[in-house]
Amino acid sequence: HKLSVMAMSSAATTAPSVDKVDGFSRKSVRKARQKRAQSSSQFRSQDKPIELVQLPLLKDVSAQEQPELFLKKLQQCCTLFDFMETLSDLKMKEYKRSSLNELVDYVTLSRGYLTEQTYPEVVKMVSCNIFRTLPPSDSNEFDPEEDEPTLEASWPHLQLVYEFFIRFLESQEFQPSVAKKYIDQKFVLQLLELFDSEDPRERDCLKTVLHRIYGKFLGLRAFIRKQINNIFLCFVYETEHFNGVAELLEILGSIINGFALPLKAEHKQFLVKVLLPLHTVRSLSLFHAQLAYCIVQFLEKDPTLTEPVIRGLLKFWPKTCSQKEVMFLGELEEILDVIEPTQFVKIQELLFKQIARCVSSPHFQVAERALYYWNNEYIMSLIEENSSVILPIMFASLYRISKEHWNPAISALIYNVLKAFMEMNSALFDELAANYKSDRQRERKKDKEREDLWRKLEELELRRGVQNSDGVIPT
Amino acid sequence: MAGADSDDSLYPIAVLIDELRNEDVQLRLNSIKKLSTIALALGVERTRTELLPFLTDTIYDEDEVLLALAEQLGNFTMLVGGPEYVHCLLPPLESLATVEETVVRDKAVESLRKISHEHSPVDLEVHFEPLVKRLASGDWFTSRTSACGLFSVCYPRVSSTVKAEIRQHFRTLCSDDTPMVRRAAASKLGEFAKVLELEYVKSDIISLFTALASDEQDSVRLLAVEAGVSIATLLPQEDLEALVMPTLRQAAEDKSWRVRYMVADKFSDLQKAVGPEITKNDLVPAFQNLLKDCEAEVRAAAANKVKEFCENLPEDSRETIIMTHILPCVKELVSDTNQHVKSALASVIMGLSTILGKDNTIEHLLPLFLAQLKDECPEVRLNIISNLDCVNEVIGIRQLSQSLLPAIVELAEDAKWRVRLAIIEYMPLLAGQLGVEFFDEKLNSLCMAWLVDHVYAIREAATCNLMKLVEKFGAEWAQNTIVPKVLGMANDPNYLHRMTTLFCINALSEVCGQEITTKHMLPVVFKMSNDQVANVRFNVAKSLQKIGPVLDSNCLQTEVKPVLEKLASDQDMDVKYFAQEAISGEFCNCCSRVLCNFAKTKVSNPKRYSLSKLRLCHAPLKRLVLTRPHISTSLCGNISIMPPKCSRKERRRGFSNRSNVEAAMSDRRCVFQCESKSTLFGLPEVDARARERARERERARESESFPTSKGRYISIKACQHILLHQIHKIMIFKKASYDPFKLKN
Repeated sequence: HKLSVMAMSSAATTAPSVDKVDGFSRKSVRKARQKRAQSSSQFRSQDKPIELVQLPLLKDVSAQEQPELFLKKLQQCCTLFDFMETLSDLKMKEYKRSSLNELVDYVTLSRGYLTEQTYPEVVKMVSCNIFRTLPPSDSNEFDPEEDEPTLEASWPHLQLVYEFFIRFLESQEFQPSVAKKYIDQKFVLQLLELFDSEDPRERDCLKTVLHRIYGKFLGLRAFIRKQINNIFLCFVYETEHFNGVAELLEILGSIINGFALPLKAEHKQFLVKVLLPLHTVRSLSLFHAQLAYCIVQFLEKDPTLTEPVIRGLLKFWPKTCSQKEVMFLGELEEILDVIEPTQFVKIQELLFKQIARCVSSPHFQVAERALYYWNNEYIMSLIEENSSVILPIMFASLYRISKEHWNPAISALIYNVLKAFMEMNSALFDELAANYKSDRQRERKKDKEREDLWRKLEELELRRGVQNSDGVIPT
Repeated sequence: MAGADSDDSLYPIAVLIDELRNEDVQLRLNSIKKLSTIALALGVERTRTELLPFLTDTIYDEDEVLLALAEQLGNFTMLVGGPEYVHCLLPPLESLATVEETVVRDKAVESLRKISHEHSPVDLEVHFEPLVKRLASGDWFTSRTSACGLFSVCYPRVSSTVKAEIRQHFRTLCSDDTPMVRRAAASKLGEFAKVLELEYVKSDIISLFTALASDEQDSVRLLAVEAGVSIATLLPQEDLEALVMPTLRQAAEDKSWRVRYMVADKFSDLQKAVGPEITKNDLVPAFQNLLKDCEAEVRAAAANKVKEFCENLPEDSRETIIMTHILPCVKELVSDTNQHVKSALASVIMGLSTILGKDNTIEHLLPLFLAQLKDECPEVRLNIISNLDCVNEVIGIRQLSQSLLPAIVELAEDAKWRVRLAIIEYMPLLAGQLGVEFFDEKLNSLCMAWLVDHVYAIREAATCNLMKLVEKFGAEWAQNTIVPKVLGMANDPNYLHRMTTLFCINALSEVCGQEITTKHMLPVVFKMSNDQVANVRFNVAKSLQKIGPVLDSNCLQTEVKPVLEKLASDQDMDVKYFAQEAISGEFCNCCSRVLCNFAKTKVSNPKRYSLSKLRLCHAPLKRLVLTRPHISTSLCGNISIMPPKCSRKERRRGFSNRSNVEAAMSDRRCVFQCESKSTLFGLPEVDARARERARERERARESESFPTSKGRYISIKACQHILLHQIHKIMIFKKASYDPFKLKN
């Protein structure tokens, strides 16, 4: 019952509702519901309308008065509006929007506004606006190709707040040494939680914000990495639900790029225990490109990691999901593109046993994706160097499939691959072809032996059962 | 026992162990699942010294294999030599408890908890507790997570110094810096509190609870809510206010909806835990807030608890609290914007009527019921109707008929056929609540109208509905009210309606019994065999096959058989096919009968007779389970059908006889292999010897019987309608070969 709440929304919607059983109307119903906006779940009923005192524009007051007015405006912008109530407080919503716009311009253009007392006010304004409990997710199974994301209703204000904050962080006068008092671990933690937002626009802003913070606050780096680890581990092993995985991986991609050599044990652990298990998640397609990028970054840094990475991929190789299998094959090719020949030799046997299975997959896209490896010159050169090992592994699958595969395109590809092998090492090829039949027979014999074994075992168990039971057996 | 085995029996074991290293995961898995056999064959000594170290070393495997291993090891105590050696199982389980994959780890913890009870107090301190400590101070979060589940099982049986250490470890884990570990600790907090002495609950647990309930992550806070409920049950009433209530109050107003949802979901438990006074002062306003929450998820969870909450209110002030505090919120929920909230409310709101009594129900609740009965969402309406019985008891049937029946009728004629289908499913229930007279008067015509609905699914459901009604009201009622109407449809100009008559007969023959079937239904079926539409004719053949088991054998031979033979020479191909099928397939029904009888026997006297595997035709068994659950719903619940190992075509022709049916598990398995090709009219034309043998067995029938687990016999008479020659072979597994029909001689 950990997070049974997450399951709850699904329970509520998948209950045998009369409407939903009907398979025909489903899509149209879904379409109608799309483009729904959501708001944060912090609004309790608001009774009276909000009144803000209109302040003069910053550019209309003298330079001495500006800092104080700036602070006042920051305080005013802490007021929140309920955007689900589309008709309430229209005037004040517009006023806050224009104030925010003004603030954005002010931090971009002005000089010398950033005094020590501005920092807490800026952080407070940003925190007030962006930190909120995200509402329950409407779609239990988010399908990026079918579903439109649910958008944040208060985006007109939120967008400006994010923009203001990014400008603030990027401003030349910004001093991390002062800001670190206010932008602390708690702030970062709340920021990371927001990555679960369903609105891609918000996640994009968050990505920039977090990247800047990681860049400027050296003291927070280890903490940020650790918290991202926790989010990923929770995502993989507990909830399987987090919207911002792709964005976090993008940030990590650039972080990994900057790791110093030799890699610390902590970073290696992150690769093996966090990044590799991310491959097991059902929604892999949503962040696979970013994940593969991170993995390849690691391997470019330290080629000796190739073996554990490939072993990990083979361990998590999809058993039933062909779509994921194609993704794995794609990632593997990216890895092979940068692999060092010495590393390749270490892993080639295991690797090609899997590739042989993929080549003979009845799903033509899987087979096709695996066979495309033979169009890659670098991989071909690696295969050629080690043909005496790889050819015997691949031969049986290729030979069988060349006659059996239902898809003519696959048969043609296989034919080319066999031809390539024949040119590579014709003596070995001929030998394998000659032995093919006897090898199959040997395999069949082995299978039969195994069956016999199980039968024997069953008998053994039966006999033992007889010995153990106390009953009298009528004969 | 194992040591006595000869060498040839050890040979397969050697290969099995070899298989544990096989490249193919499936083969490793097969082998791991037979681990107990391997251990049994090796004997306790070698299991301890060879097998377990081997397993501990090879633990880096696929998660699937590890899961099987973790499960097996939980049952290994006897195989390593009993409780005094049970600690040998700890090393492999310890490694498994540190694996990343959650299911594997959970299973390992489950097994560890199981074997912890088999440890002696000394072993617990010497072997088990150090393991818990190692896990609790592991580097990676997985081992610490696993440790959380192990404290409560060893705490009660160790010395006080060790107890203090355990408490200290638990405290550390509650403030772990990984949220995963804090979550695990929070979810085990209540369980741990239960085994602690009260003084430590007050001194230790309360502070941990308060800390977890104000954790920065809402996923931790929500788990603390559940722990809070358990803790509240442990504390004396006077301490509750000071120790747990502030935290719980705060949880009910948490800024995260997940936490509020959890409070709403656990509200009834909470109410029981804190007692009437706090309920009155604190929980009532909290519940009101939850019912008015801004998130639909929270409102729905609270709405679900309305009835339970009201029921458990202290009796002296129950009515006033409901009337002044709860009912106004409920009234608002009736017109909520979210349909899940409304339907959650609709599923419990009727229960309030018994609490509030007749007058209040009529004055306050009835308008709400009526509003919900007119709700745009059919689920809401259906939830109201499915709970009619509570109101029926309070305000009586007349009140209902005036206000509720129009809604039922409206649903029954809804334009969406799925809505109609749903209301049909409630008909037997309604009939039971409203009584036979009322039913005849108001609803009977509806039920008959569904029989001529233009959607097949509705007609089909309507036939099934009739069958259930007959079960409720009896065969006599059927004969007087519905059978004439059903049979009247046989003359309908629309052939679909004529076919509906046949479908009804299929469904009704069994519940109506032999007499009505033979006297009234059979003639109509015979008459319809001359129908000009081929579809009707082949359905006659199918019907005859279905109702065959109800009829006596004389009638079958003299009346049914000629009709079927005539149909078998019909000019239409399909009619011919189904007639032949009926002639050869009558047997199928018998099989299902046998199964039923066995299942009944089993339940009425479980010790006496048990069976777990029947090999019979797929089709009749499926029919038994799917369409005749009324015979023995509870009995059929245990029956699951495995797909037969034959092609669809073969199955359709009745060639298959290999479906495995698992019924009621027990220590003894009985396998029936039947010949599906034999018929009710006798054996198919085989050689004379087989017929001779059949006759012989027929004669032996009276004296034949099944063995029971105690070696006594029960009579086969329970299933006498199956001819013995149709049972090809009966095998009792785990016993030596049993040959009741002397097949070997």
